[in-house]
Amino acid sequence: MIDLILEVLSWISIIGGIFFMMVGTIGIVRMPDVYTRLHAAGMTDTMGAGLLLLGMCFQAGLTLVLVRLVLIYAFLLFTSPISTHALASAALSGGVEPYTVPADRSGKLNSLNGEQNS
Amino acid sequence: MLRAFGLGAILFIFWLLLSGHYTPMLIGFGLGSCGLIVYLAMRMDVVDHEGVPLQLGGRFWMYFPWLMKEIFIANVNVARVILNPRLPISPVVTHFKASQKSDLGKTIYANSITLTPGTITTNIQGQDLEIHALTLKDIDGREEDEMDHRVSWVESGSRGNS
Amino acid sequence: MFVAATVGVLASMSLAMTRALMGPTVYDRVLAVNTFGTKTVLLIAVLGFLTERPEFLDLAIVYALINFIGTIAVLKFFEYRDLGWTRHPEADAE
Repeated sequence: MIDLILEVLSWISIIGGIFFMMVGTIGIVRMPDVYTRLHAAGMTDTMGAGLLLLGMCFQAGLTLVLVRLVLIYAFLLFTSPISTHALASAALSGGVEPYTVPADRSGKLNSLNGEQNS
Repeated sequence: MLRAFGLGAILFIFWLLLSGHYTPMLIGFGLGSCGLIVYLAMRMDVVDHEGVPLQLGGRFWMYFPWLMKEIFIANVNVARVILNPRLPISPVVTHFKASQKSDLGKTIYANSITLTPGTITTNIQGQDLEIHALTLKDIDGREEDEMDHRVSWVESGSRGNS
Repeated sequence: MFVAATVGVLASMSLAMTRALMGPTVYDRVLAVNTFGTKTVLLIAVLGFLTERPEFLDLAIVYALINFIGTIAVLKFFEYRDLGWTRHPEADAE
């Protein structure tokens, strides 16, 4: 019974991880400039990798394999913000201008967000 | 000196977990390599409150589950933005004030902001953080204020002990 | 089922490669290669489970570290045009 529950949890996690990874990569292709693409890339590093490795943790059980999976995720969590920050500041000092929404569209979006917040 | 011993102990536990071979000779090699690395780290002068932040202790691990919850919520929000056919983004660059005293606390805060999808720290000058946000909703300030308080709480463990 | 996970990771890797080929600036390409590296780590881990060889996870750990150092090295090169040079206070003052 426990085995079955672990199996189901593991496949839910792995499918969720693949989903978030695909969405993050679609974001990298769709987004208009390098800074907005960084947000999408962050999804792959945190949620995609996290859920995928969590699913594999359920498969591994309490062994040394589990420790290695946790270590891989710890490395990813420690290194991902550093490389993101390095990339953003390198792009800023390299003179890449952040993309801003054209005026007419951003006005519409501001009102939309305002309605959601209130 | 306490930090050096702590670093050596952590490295040796790390070695034991990665190795999986427990014969006296191999454990001896493991101890020797851990000692060598601690010696090199002391020569490089990185065994201090920033290189081996033992003073944070358990407080960081009490902050961590909350951070993971925030990361999950932010991920779902960014996924909805990306999958929306109209791609409703409104990128902005704003500034936040960090209330942490030490560089270590500011680094934890800035990296927590970067780990949460939708916001990226691009620059830190003094107490001023430059944030690039994907949508205006991402920087309404509530999560960031709470994160700021919690990171200050994590950091205050270091001031109380040392 | 691990076959499905492998196919998913490979599909997103090919999408990331599209961005690396299209990317207008060099930073887009570095970003795409960094994401590609993260996915390679996950691919190695999934392949380890698929072929039931847990030793692959050690390779995944090493790849995660090399991927990070490689990204930082490339970015440092494009920011300073030199890998050995660091920012000195005197250099800023001049």
